[in-house]
Amino acid sequence: MILPALFFYLFASICVASAVMVIASRNPVHSVLFLILAFVNASGLFVLMGAEFLAMLLIVVYVGAVAVLFLFVIMMLDVDFTQLREGFIQYLPFGLVIGAIFLAELLLVAGGWVMNPNVTKSITAAIPTNVSNTEALGLVLYTKYIHYFQLAGMVLLVAMIGAIVLTLRHKVKVRRQDINVQNARNPELAMEVRKVATGQGLQDADAGSWVK
Amino acid sequence: MTIGLGHYLAVGAILFTLGILGIFLNRKNIIVILMSIELILLAVNINMVAFSTFLGDIVGQVFALLVLTVAAAEAAIGLAVLVVYFRNRGSIAVEDVNLMKG
Repeated sequence: MILPALFFYLFASICVASAVMVIASRNPVHSVLFLILAFVNASGLFVLMGAEFLAMLLIVVYVGAVAVLFLFVIMMLDVDFTQLREGFIQYLPFGLVIGAIFLAELLLVAGGWVMNPNVTKSITAAIPTNVSNTEALGLVLYTKYIHYFQLAGMVLLVAMIGAIVLTLRHKVKVRRQDINVQNARNPELAMEVRKVATGQGLQDADAGSWVK
Repeated sequence: MTIGLGHYLAVGAILFTLGILGIFLNRKNIIVILMSIELILLAVNINMVAFSTFLGDIVGQVFALLVLTVAAAEAAIGLAVLVVYFRNRGSIAVEDVNLMKG
């Protein structure tokens, strides 16, 4: 029984340490990599708690999509990040005081709180013991909480459309292919037969209508 | 040495505080601010899953799933806004954002 406790402390300590590095590292690329480490260890904590589906989802969604998106944006933007770190030392004492007070309050609340013994009566959907976590989640998500599920899908759709609308731009200078114009072109439109005087060649004055 | 609800709540509280601290310390770097928000949402998810497990109620995991969705959408929109802002101004300094006031 000591092994789950050992793994809890392993995952929790690495998760917290990498969260510290996320906010403290100089290079934002390192921040993203530590964020990935924090998420992987949090998913380890989820596995310890028995939420395997959410653990895998955390890896797929955060590590596979969100963190890569962060990395992509950081590398795409040409920003001097050392300049953005000015003021870090200046805010440090103030931030540490605020953080210490906040953490002490949260831990006092969590430590001094006892669960109401009647709370087991108000359980909405008990975790079934005979099916896996994924199946148990699906059994309530697609029946009782189907509207929340669809709303989540709408949120993702709106986010997708919003991101496309924000970042899409039509460049004016780009020459795009117009198939209708290409098909409508015939020899009469494209070519012109000129009488050229012997020994003179084309004059510069003709060039305007000549080069089309 | 059994791991109870309080242990997971403590991890969640520490991660939440680190997220808040990250917003305080990296006030100029909006990318790190967005990452701190992700940390805060992760702390919320840990709390939800911990309560779900220790109460024996699976609805907590459903809500954690919804929080995950919103976090992904928020990151996508935030980074899109960031890219547009960078295109317009050539920097991502947070203190210049109030120049956009009408």
